[in-house]
Amino acid sequence: MNWLFGDNINTDLITPGRYNITTDPHELAKIAFIEHRPEFAKNVKQGDYIIGGNNFGCGSSRETAVTSLAACGIRAIIAKSFARIFYRNCMNQGMLVIVANTDKIEEQDVLELDFKKQEITNKTKKISTTATMPTLMLKLYKAGGIISYLQKNGLNSVKNLFE
Amino acid sequence: MIMDQTIAEKIFSKHVGRKVYAGEFVVANLDLVMAHDTTCAWAIAPFRKIAKKVWDKKKIFIPFDHAFPAPNVQMAKLQSEIRAFADEQGLSITVDGVCHQIMSERLINPGDLILGADSHSPTGGGLGAITVGVGSTDAAIAMATGKCWFKVPHTIRINVNGKLPKGVFSKDIILMIAKKFGPEGGNYRILEYGGDTIRSLSVPARLTITNMSAEMGVKAAIVEADDNTKKYLKENDREYAFDEKILHSDKNARYEKVMEFNVDSLVPLIARPPDIDRVSPVSEVEKQKIKVDQVFIGSCTNCRIEDLDIVYSMWQKHTLNPKTRTIITPASKKVYLQTMAKGYVEFFMKRGAIMLTPGCGPCLGRHGGVLYDNEVCVSTSNRNFTGRMGSAKAFIYLASPATAAASAITGYITDPRKYIK
Repeated sequence: MNWLFGDNINTDLITPGRYNITTDPHELAKIAFIEHRPEFAKNVKQGDYIIGGNNFGCGSSRETAVTSLAACGIRAIIAKSFARIFYRNCMNQGMLVIVANTDKIEEQDVLELDFKKQEITNKTKKISTTATMPTLMLKLYKAGGIISYLQKNGLNSVKNLFE
Repeated sequence: MIMDQTIAEKIFSKHVGRKVYAGEFVVANLDLVMAHDTTCAWAIAPFRKIAKKVWDKKKIFIPFDHAFPAPNVQMAKLQSEIRAFADEQGLSITVDGVCHQIMSERLINPGDLILGADSHSPTGGGLGAITVGVGSTDAAIAMATGKCWFKVPHTIRINVNGKLPKGVFSKDIILMIAKKFGPEGGNYRILEYGGDTIRSLSVPARLTITNMSAEMGVKAAIVEADDNTKKYLKENDREYAFDEKILHSDKNARYEKVMEFNVDSLVPLIARPPDIDRVSPVSEVEKQKIKVDQVFIGSCTNCRIEDLDIVYSMWQKHTLNPKTRTIITPASKKVYLQTMAKGYVEFFMKRGAIMLTPGCGPCLGRHGGVLYDNEVCVSTSNRNFTGRMGSAKAFIYLASPATAAASAITGYITDPRKYIK
């Protein structure tokens, strides 16, 4: 299913500071949106999508916001726009992070991503929307994150990501 | 073709080894990497996967500030893990206050390119450097390689002119700008501040402006270095020669846009919860008689000695409302020692204020001044998000140290001007 959120969803809402004191991804999964949407962590399923408005992930640099959502099984975060540190943290962890108009997406809509066409197809509503999925982000998604990418290609391979 | 550059493009060029301009992807050499008592903990595992030793132990800075001394077992565990990592790598850990303040006092030089695993890293731009916030994985890679990839950002130039009226401070300037920009208005950009008003501000006052620029999503914020920067470096026992002729934006540098602000008639401002652009004049909010449970004078935004000078002068002839908890957290050990030397600590404590150890403390709700349901806090920090300082049902108002000090006197949100000579 799709978990719908509005504008300016900050990292204090995703992993609040008081709970954000562990490096264990399974523990972090339990605190995702713990106060903002308490039912989220219990009901989220592998392959679900996060749907946001503008400036998703603003606020603190805490990478646990991404670790937590990844550990919950989130397949992709789709929003109208992202705050820069969060976007970068998603890429670094190999999370699909997609810019698109999310206005028409509803909770039960079935979504399909087309990396080549740079499109999201809403199979329920039978409409397609243009989506921004840069090569750099897709490379890191396919590599399973930047650390796996560097382990495989060497520490000097960073420049290959955008050349 | 050689084109004129912004100061940001110049600093990136110096660290890439060729002339670069906004929009290019580059791998740049870093002067310093910072990760603190939480972000460093999350950097250790990724670091171990790609390296055995840090690239240069003199260029890695690990402060314990977000929750120090540890308030609970979980934080103690994270700090213990970081200590073990630091020992193994031959790194020292600093426990003298908020990371951005310590870096400004001791480490950041004009023209530097610095990475910080903390979102308020743009603070250091008040010294004429590019200081960028990242997550723990980027910090781990930087600790291993001394490098980071960037898209060289576009710059928005902000000129601030005019004379600040009595009772109005740099915090009010940045709240005025935040109101205009909103929480996303500076996303991916450099905000470059100039104009007569900015030039007249001391570095500590500039740091408030660059610090809160993070709330608009910026990659970095910068004030071109000048005589005030030299004065600040000297006051902090540092010598650094920078060439003002080079370290500024060229005449025909390409800005994404140029914005003009005037402060001649600026009034004390306050950001209402839960966003930084919900900004109103304090005098208007004062009419609502909002009872204040806690006043927090602290954080990397506003608790330098210049801020405490104002608080001290305002409280000279006034007692504090006993129903309001007033917490003062000097930004660094240096500031705390200055506060003691000036006799302020005794004065503040006799007035009923609570003095806390330098650090981030109440700002992020980890310890020392956590808020309960329906409580109201006037804070000199930078974030009024829901749940930031404790209960998701608490209310955080952001304002200058003067507005915080006035509210501590009356016990409700109060315009400071009547308490300033």
